[in-house]
Amino acid sequence: MDFNIVIAGEAGQGLKTVEAMLTKTFSRHGYYLFSTKDYMSRVRGGHNFMQIRISDEKVEGPDEGIDLLLALNEESVEIHNSEMNEDGTILSEVESDKDEMVYIDAKGLAKEVNPRAVNTVFVGAAFKIMGLPTDQAEEAVKEHFAKKESVVDDNLELLKQGYQAVDQLYNLKDLGEKEDRMVIDGNSAVGLGALLGGLSYYTAYPMSPSTGILHYVASKQEELGIVVEQSEDEIASINMALGGTYAGMRSMTGTSGGGLALMAEGVGLAGITETPIVIADVQRPGPATGLPTRTGQGDLLFAVNIAQDEFPLMVLAPKDQEDAVYQTFRAMNLADKYQIPVIILSDQFIGDGSKTIPVIDTSDMKIERHLVDPAEVEGEYKRYKFTEDGISPRAYPGQLKDNIVLLDSDEHDEYAHIVEDAETRDKMVAKRNKKMEKLAAEDLLEPEYTGPESPEYILVGWGSTAGPLREGRKILADEFEIGHLAFNDVWPLPTETLEELASTEAKLVFVENNAGAQFDRLVRSETGIKADYNILKDDGRPFSGQEIYRRFKEEVSK
Amino acid sequence: MVDKNIYQADRETAWCPGCGNFPLRTALADALAELDLKPEEITMYTGIGQAAKMPHYIKVNGFNGLHGRSLPPSIGMRVANPEMTVIVESGDGCSYGEGGNHILHNIRRNPDIIHLVHDNQIYGLTKGQASPTSLEELRTPVQTHGVNAEPLNPVEFAVGMKASFVARSSVGDREHLKEMIKEAKKHKGYALIDIFQPCVSFNKINTYQWYNKRVYKLEDHDPTDHAAAMKVAQEFGDKIPIGIIYREEKPTFRDRIPYLKDKALVDRDVEVEDLKFLIDEFK
Repeated sequence: MDFNIVIAGEAGQGLKTVEAMLTKTFSRHGYYLFSTKDYMSRVRGGHNFMQIRISDEKVEGPDEGIDLLLALNEESVEIHNSEMNEDGTILSEVESDKDEMVYIDAKGLAKEVNPRAVNTVFVGAAFKIMGLPTDQAEEAVKEHFAKKESVVDDNLELLKQGYQAVDQLYNLKDLGEKEDRMVIDGNSAVGLGALLGGLSYYTAYPMSPSTGILHYVASKQEELGIVVEQSEDEIASINMALGGTYAGMRSMTGTSGGGLALMAEGVGLAGITETPIVIADVQRPGPATGLPTRTGQGDLLFAVNIAQDEFPLMVLAPKDQEDAVYQTFRAMNLADKYQIPVIILSDQFIGDGSKTIPVIDTSDMKIERHLVDPAEVEGEYKRYKFTEDGISPRAYPGQLKDNIVLLDSDEHDEYAHIVEDAETRDKMVAKRNKKMEKLAAEDLLEPEYTGPESPEYILVGWGSTAGPLREGRKILADEFEIGHLAFNDVWPLPTETLEELASTEAKLVFVENNAGAQFDRLVRSETGIKADYNILKDDGRPFSGQEIYRRFKEEVSK
Repeated sequence: MVDKNIYQADRETAWCPGCGNFPLRTALADALAELDLKPEEITMYTGIGQAAKMPHYIKVNGFNGLHGRSLPPSIGMRVANPEMTVIVESGDGCSYGEGGNHILHNIRRNPDIIHLVHDNQIYGLTKGQASPTSLEELRTPVQTHGVNAEPLNPVEFAVGMKASFVARSSVGDREHLKEMIKEAKKHKGYALIDIFQPCVSFNKINTYQWYNKRVYKLEDHDPTDHAAAMKVAQEFGDKIPIGIIYREEKPTFRDRIPYLKDKALVDRDVEVEDLKFLIDEFK
């Protein structure tokens, strides 16, 4: 069972409220869900829609055909008409004698009760059409409007009236609430991973689609007693966050493409000063302003090569909302362990999208700060002490009695004092590079392979394409011996599994949300292995499993 | 009072002989000693430039970061550790040019920091181009016919912004400078001291003599009177006032985060177990 609902209208019509109520309600009825947002970079007007796909089995990505369209304005009917499934239904205020059209006088009903709650009429009607009771929806209404108690009754009334105004058309069942699941969007997931990791200081400048992280961590700051500061620009964001780390706090910043470009010099500063920092880049198509509210994977090569010259850096990409929690937590530990910048490449697809995931399991999560034990510091403290693995004991100001902590963006000696001699420069570069070697040897995640032992084809992806690729592979597996290789860590590049698979007869099909096959280029430059085929998409929209199937047939197997 | 030798303010430097940075360093060490601060109780944030090398030439904690970015990293210390004395120090190019946006917004934040700007009205380390405070008649290898912009009067700018402490001093009067630094330390909030500091190598206009001829110590000025402060701040010509131009007690950055109270976030010690409740909201 797979049911795809689209809520469409213009900005300012309250689509988010409808989505929030539906999401919560479906989840409580025991459905797995996956939602994506397609909205325009504006506050009012335009055409926006949200898709909620529900199933009794795990869902990994968006679906193509629509089963139920909640058209909050007339334009939405015209726009989405061609995407309707055969038995699909359009619920709208448009009177029509077409079979798929169900009319509701939402504004008329709301006018008598509360004209602002017109969307709740749609919600009530939707549940009737699907065949689900309204008890869970009533709870969702009460929770959603908990802070505006005066409107709860109006909304409950309109929920009922919407329910009564239409006929049941489908037979969705209440599957019973599942205790072991949760629903989270990717931006909150990054924030949650960071907070679980002991984040104390988050500095960022609002930028779509990364703002959700900033909003989420800010919503917890008072309760946790931490500080979230909106910076004056992204240059300040990263320099502030680095100052936070230096002062002894777990600190982080987040942004999207253009903001990351402004942070570039600061990432280099983290590299040469060996100051741990986690930077979340929620990718959107660019360059410059690009498509502010859409998705893409075009920042990969930029992230990997973010600042001038060379320094140790890690880039990793969460596969979905669940992974975003664990990967962000891991990023904070690794940044501290290696004293390096770690860039998390998320994107609008998972950042703004929500998914049903197993409840986060914290049993293996441990905050590891890797700070110096003051008892082990003898004599004058050397911030950049030469060690076997290149990692120097890190202290923060005030931590060591009678000792100061100095760091420098100039090339420096062990005490952090400016040097220009070739010998020290060589030794410092080598010291920093050693950290990368250790990271590659001890902490890299090899990509996850799913599929037959001797595949004909392997779909290769990184980050957020993992879900759609899992679904695409399942469809393709009926016709081909096909596997899927999903990368988390992209820099440094884990090569073991890839080299093993590339040595077989399997054809490599790289699937990426960019036009330039950036991961293919990265893999080629690091290993000499190259894609046999590239399936690329750079229109700002995510892949679906069906699209991967279709494009595979068109461009690969032919 | 601690022994001022503790700061090792006699270290070898990359400054030119006769540079105004030397007396500035001495005044700073004298002030810190009189304030009875140990090196580990002070953290200095600098950008890039000759002035910004200060944490290498005086023993205190130091974050010698990027050009123009001396202010942003300092805010974290105000969150992490309210006890630490925070000094931001850099030149006029770094503070008012490359870092212009940060000074504007940190005046608004009003963090409890001391901001020392070595103002020599020229770029020294890059060998003599115009800075935001250069006079229009200055000719340089770039500004071949003079500067194509009016000079910034940083004191007027800061008083106009109602920065909570604005002072001007000059290395020509080390005793005055030392007192200004001590006053800035006593002040709770953002304290800017614009310090005249001649560049003997490149600025042939704003010399020791140029400054000495013009500066005079403010007397009978009420720095809490904003209108009077504005008037004094605008004075920049044959006579240039030095001293505390404007002072206003107002909430600091930390005061505006009431839940922090006296807590030093650097001491925050949490385990994942303590934070698990955050997950429940998504169930």
